[in-house]
Amino acid sequence: MYDPTVARLTYRALLGRRRALILCALPALLLAIAVLVRVTGVADDNVATNLLGGFALATLVPLIGVIVGTGAIGPEIDDGSIVYLLSKPLKRSTIILTKLTVAVGVTFLFAALPVLLAGLIMVGGSQQIAVAYAIGTVVASVAYCTLFLLIGTISRNAVIIGLVYALVWEALFGSFVPGARTLSVQQWGLALVDRLVGSGVEVTSAVALPTAAVLLAVVTVGGTWYAVERLKVLTLAGEE
Amino acid sequence: MTTIRIDHASRWFGNVVAVNDVTFDVGPGVTGLLGPNGAGKSTLINLMAGFLAPSTGSVTLDDRPIWKNEQVYREIGLVPEREAMYDFLTGQEFVLANAELHGLSDPGAATARALATVEMEYAADRRINTYSKGMRQRVKMASALVHEPSVLLLDEPFNGMDPRQRMQLMELLRRMGEDGRTVLFSSHILEEVEQLAAHIEVIVAGRHAASGDFRRIRRLMTDRPHRYLVRSSDDRALAAALIADASTTGIELDFTERALRVQAVDFGRFTQELPRIARSHGIRLLTVSPSDESLESVFSYLVSA
Repeated sequence: MYDPTVARLTYRALLGRRRALILCALPALLLAIAVLVRVTGVADDNVATNLLGGFALATLVPLIGVIVGTGAIGPEIDDGSIVYLLSKPLKRSTIILTKLTVAVGVTFLFAALPVLLAGLIMVGGSQQIAVAYAIGTVVASVAYCTLFLLIGTISRNAVIIGLVYALVWEALFGSFVPGARTLSVQQWGLALVDRLVGSGVEVTSAVALPTAAVLLAVVTVGGTWYAVERLKVLTLAGEE
Repeated sequence: MTTIRIDHASRWFGNVVAVNDVTFDVGPGVTGLLGPNGAGKSTLINLMAGFLAPSTGSVTLDDRPIWKNEQVYREIGLVPEREAMYDFLTGQEFVLANAELHGLSDPGAATARALATVEMEYAADRRINTYSKGMRQRVKMASALVHEPSVLLLDEPFNGMDPRQRMQLMELLRRMGEDGRTVLFSSHILEEVEQLAAHIEVIVAGRHAASGDFRRIRRLMTDRPHRYLVRSSDDRALAAALIADASTTGIELDFTERALRVQAVDFGRFTQELPRIARSHGIRLLTVSPSDESLESVFSYLVSA
C-alpha cells in the first residue's frame, strides 16, 4: 500500500528548488496578509472568514493542489523516468497510493498549516474559525490531490487543465452558474467549514454537508481507483 | 535460462502499424535487434518490457504474459533509450532506489556491486544532472543490473557513447551473454550489432525482415544489387560498353543530372571492371558514387529478399 522509496523519490521531486519556492509563495502571502490585518487592527471574525474563504480556500488551496497533485506524477510521466518505477515488481496501486499520501502530506504543510496559522493570527480561537478552515482545507486538499494526480496520469497538459478547473470553473463559472458550484471541491470544503465554525459566523456553501461528503468520497475513491487503472496501462510510446 | 517469445505480435497506433506480425524467440546469449530508425525497434522492446500491449498476438516470458504482469520485472532488467532519470539524485542514490524498489534483501550491497560492474564508483556521489551521456548510460545499466535479472533489454544502448565506453559496454554485455543471461539490444548500426551479437533479428518498417547470425545478414547485404551514379567524358559510349558486361543489369541516361545510373549485380566485379572498360574505350571517369548506400536501402532490399 505504501512504499518508502516511491515516497522519497516523490517528495524529493516535489520539493525541488523551483517548485518549493512556488509552493512557499502563496502561504507566505496569506500569512503576510493575516499579519497585516492583525497589526492594522481591522481583524474580526468577518474579515477572517472572508480572507480564509475568499483567498485561502478559493485560490490558495486549489493552486497548491494543482502544483502538488500534478507534480507528484506528471513530470515523471512526461520525461519518461516513471519507467524506473514501473519496471519493478510493485503493485500499481502502491505507487498511486504512496504518491497520493505524499501529495496530501505536502499540501497539509503548504495549505492546511498556513490556513490554521493565518486564522490564529487574525482571530485566535474565536468561533473556531481557524480550526474549521484548516480542517476544511485538509479535506479539500485530499480531493484536489486525487483529482490532479489523476489528471496527471491522463494528460500531459495536467497543469493547464488543473488551473482551468481551479480558476475558471471554481472561481469564475461558479459565481455565474449556480449548478457549477455543486461540482466544486471548494464548496464541499465550505460545507464542512459551515458545520464546524461557531454559530456566530456566517459561512455559506452551495452544497449541503451530506451531499458534499458523498461527492468528496466519490471523487477521492473513484479518482484513486481510476488513476491506478491508468497507470496499469500506461504506455511509454512515442519515442520513435 | 529465460526465453522471451514474440508470437505473431502486431502493434498499431491508430492507422499506423508499428510492428507487423512479428514472430521470434530471444533466448540466452546476446541478440541484436537491427533496423533503421523508425522501424519499430523501440515498439518491440516496449512490448517485451511490458510497456505496450500487443494489438494482436502475444509476448511472453517463459510462457507467462508480460503485459500487465509486474512480477516479470523480477527477471527483466530494462535500459530505456530516453535520458530522463531522477536527475536530482546522485548515481548511488538512484541505483539504491532501484534496488529498494525491487525489494532486495540487501539493497546497499547490490548497489555497490552494480556500480562496480559498470565502473561508476568514482562518480557515484555526483548528481546525475552533472553526468555525461556515457555516464548516464552506465548508471542506467547499473540500475537495470542491480537485481541480477536473467533478461536484459537495452534500447539503443550505444547511442552517444565514446569508443572506449562502447568497448566497455560491449565487453560487459558479452560477459552477461556468456553467463547464460538473455541479452537483447537494439541498434541501427550494423557494425555495432555484428561485433557483439551472435544472433541478429532484423526489423524493417515494422516487419521481421531477417534472422540469423551476422555472416548470413552480411551476405544478404553485400549480395544485393548496387546502384551507382557515374559521370564520364562520354556517358553514352560508356553506357554501351558497360551494358555489354555481365556485372550490370541496367543503365539509365539521366539527362537532368548529366550522369549514368548503373545497376550492378556483381558488386566486386563491377568495381574492378568499370575503370578497365573506361580506359580501353578512352573514356575519362569523372564521378563514381554509390547512390543507395544508405542503411534504409540496404534494409529495404532485405525485406524483399
